[in-house]
Amino acid sequence: MSYGRPRVLPVGHFQDVVRDESSLRRFLHALPGVDQVGLEQRAAGLATRSIKKASKMWAIDTAISMIDLTTLEGSDTPGKVRTLAAKARRPDPGYPDVPAVAAVCVYPDMVETAVTQLSGTGIGVASVATAFPSGRSIREVKLADTRFAVEQGASEVDMVIDRGAFLSGRYWQVFEEIQAVKQACGDAHLKVILETGELAGYDAVRRASWLALLAGGDFIKTSTGKVSPAATLPVTQLMLQAVRDWHAATGEHRGVKPAGGIRTTKDAIKYLVTVHEVAGPDWLTPKLFRFGASSLLNDLLMQRRTQLEGHYSGQDYVTVD
Amino acid sequence: MTFEYAPAPESRDIAALKPSYRMFLDGEFVEGTGEPLKTLNPATEEVLTEVSTASIADVDKAVKAAHRAYDRVWSRMPGSERAKYLFRIARMIQERSRELAVLETLDNGKPIKESRDVDVPLAAAHFFHHAGWADKLAYAGYGPDPRPLGVAAQVIPWNFPLLMAAWKIAPALACGNTVVLKPAETTPLTALVLAEICQQADLPPGVVNILPGAGEIGAELVAHPEVHKVAFTGSTEVGKQIQETVAGTAKKLTLELGGKAANIVFDDAALDQAVEGIVNGIFFNQGHVCCAGSRLLVQESIAEELLERLQARIGTLRVGDPMDKNTDVGAINSAAQLARIRELTEIGDAEGAVRWTSSCPLPDKGYFFAPTVFSEVQQAMRIAQEEIFGPVLSVLTFRTPEEAIKKANNTPYGLSAGVWSEKGSRILWATQQLRAGVVWANTFNRFDPVSPFGGYQESGFGREGGRAGLEAYLNV
Repeated sequence: MSYGRPRVLPVGHFQDVVRDESSLRRFLHALPGVDQVGLEQRAAGLATRSIKKASKMWAIDTAISMIDLTTLEGSDTPGKVRTLAAKARRPDPGYPDVPAVAAVCVYPDMVETAVTQLSGTGIGVASVATAFPSGRSIREVKLADTRFAVEQGASEVDMVIDRGAFLSGRYWQVFEEIQAVKQACGDAHLKVILETGELAGYDAVRRASWLALLAGGDFIKTSTGKVSPAATLPVTQLMLQAVRDWHAATGEHRGVKPAGGIRTTKDAIKYLVTVHEVAGPDWLTPKLFRFGASSLLNDLLMQRRTQLEGHYSGQDYVTVD
Repeated sequence: MTFEYAPAPESRDIAALKPSYRMFLDGEFVEGTGEPLKTLNPATEEVLTEVSTASIADVDKAVKAAHRAYDRVWSRMPGSERAKYLFRIARMIQERSRELAVLETLDNGKPIKESRDVDVPLAAAHFFHHAGWADKLAYAGYGPDPRPLGVAAQVIPWNFPLLMAAWKIAPALACGNTVVLKPAETTPLTALVLAEICQQADLPPGVVNILPGAGEIGAELVAHPEVHKVAFTGSTEVGKQIQETVAGTAKKLTLELGGKAANIVFDDAALDQAVEGIVNGIFFNQGHVCCAGSRLLVQESIAEELLERLQARIGTLRVGDPMDKNTDVGAINSAAQLARIRELTEIGDAEGAVRWTSSCPLPDKGYFFAPTVFSEVQQAMRIAQEEIFGPVLSVLTFRTPEEAIKKANNTPYGLSAGVWSEKGSRILWATQQLRAGVVWANTFNRFDPVSPFGGYQESGFGREGGRAGLEAYLNV
């Protein structure tokens, strides 16, 4: 299966929607509403699935392969990024069959270090950009930020949308900005962070999801991890509905990345169940679903060992980064 | 490799299944003098256990025991004391919730996730709610000192065996009545465990009596001259017979019968959640729900899209072993019910409706029926008129809101209805027009002991639950 995507919108799909500001606004406001109670009830239902034995093992390995192993701290050092890269390549030295993670995710100035460590491994280097995490800067700065990350070798760019513009209804401005960043990305994949914790309610999340898809985002991502609440199961379900509906309308697969607050194997499995039952089995691949996480990996490794060894191991048996 | 969910079965041992069960009469478990019955696990067609049943003579004994308990103890006991027993029963249901859930699933065929998350917690909630009323009846709006009626004869169905027993027993006891209850022939087990709980809670002998048996025992019970109150949940056909029996007597009657609920989806509805609600409305408990949303009325302009989404969603429902924690739709309760569902769906084909069936795999043995949707259904078809009581949805379309209401109300039933719209004023307008005892807005099949439940017309009369439900068990 190919997940390649055209540079521009497929002819005939939504061309009328993105013609101008008012057509875009009309489209976003005409999307079906989201009923909070129903959405959350379904998420709670999916969370009760009982995943055991072989299916649990499969889920753990799949989740590991979907992680964007992330460090986004002011105190990041090249040493820390090198450690992270080593862990990304071989998450559990005791078990070489553990899959590598999908990517490491760092600030732009750390991209070069990460690229050096990971070249030839197939592991992506994702960089946040566009005045992450607040997005509060002028467009020139955001684009320069993006170009710098890509020049340093980032294969994926995680941008933030201008929440201020979105919430005040200036959808066209957000749309154009995503398009401009997309252009600045060149061949790098673009993940569009909606920062759902700052959007007012589920209807806005649905609008922002479609806005990002229309503007050419390869992935829609829940959160920066710097705002609470970060990723939740209902929000991720809603975004999965958006990519599912996008696929139904255009035939293209786009991805979803929940980020922030997913720390346990149990949580990760709930997300995989949601991907499976809401978007469908096609999305159960790192090409279309990622976890933005750091501590999640160690919990997955510990649970994996438990499955294989029949008893729990402790924090001291996984590497601390 | 794909994401296959490995089997996650709940352990059968938790049910503490005994080789035989006896009826509960005057505080003791005794051998009934009727023909013993064997109860089956509908998911495997295997015999679970043997249950002794009541004879006509046993019915008389039970009613007399209930009478004695009423006269000597229960009607004289202060409400605050009755409440203590009800609170105790509620807590014991919670303590034994896992056992009750597994037993219910074995005997009934419903998925463990429903018996665990819906039936048993709601049964406990009904006892808690009514325990709270027992000493506050003076504030229920039925006068300063409302009196109980006497002995209540209660006959319940097989679709929610424990929950229906709780719906019936809790308000009767809270109001000061005593009870003789007949569980359904195919699902007597959890009611008998509830009897055990009553015994362990030290409920005075005779206050609750539970007599398993077939339909004629129920008929005998409701006809007994020393019964003061009759409460029945089940088919409209049997409800009519009971009404004839009770006519001309002083017995107070409540009936909760069949339904053919309309679930109305307007074009401005939250589509994804409406799909969830439709699925929950008709496939919850295999559609063995008197208030199931079995008629989907969808506005023309979104009909095609909604149907596509609905079929995709139904395709993800997991049908099979009810004991598996990941099963969404379990077994049909009996061979007879399966035959009836098959018969009515064949009629649907013959009438020209378009059948779509989920391609989910079904187990080789046991009574199973794959989730089915009929589209292009017309009002005149039998599948739009008759209660199928299975996982079968009939889809009709409408153009104007008035047409939706007209079609929704065009049924001899009137138990429940659903309205889906993001527009508050439209919901309020529609709920005022709909002739149904329960109307859900942007949700379906939600139950709570606080909100009264009951129907119009051939769906019965009287309410269960909440303040309104107390009226059925008080002399007002």
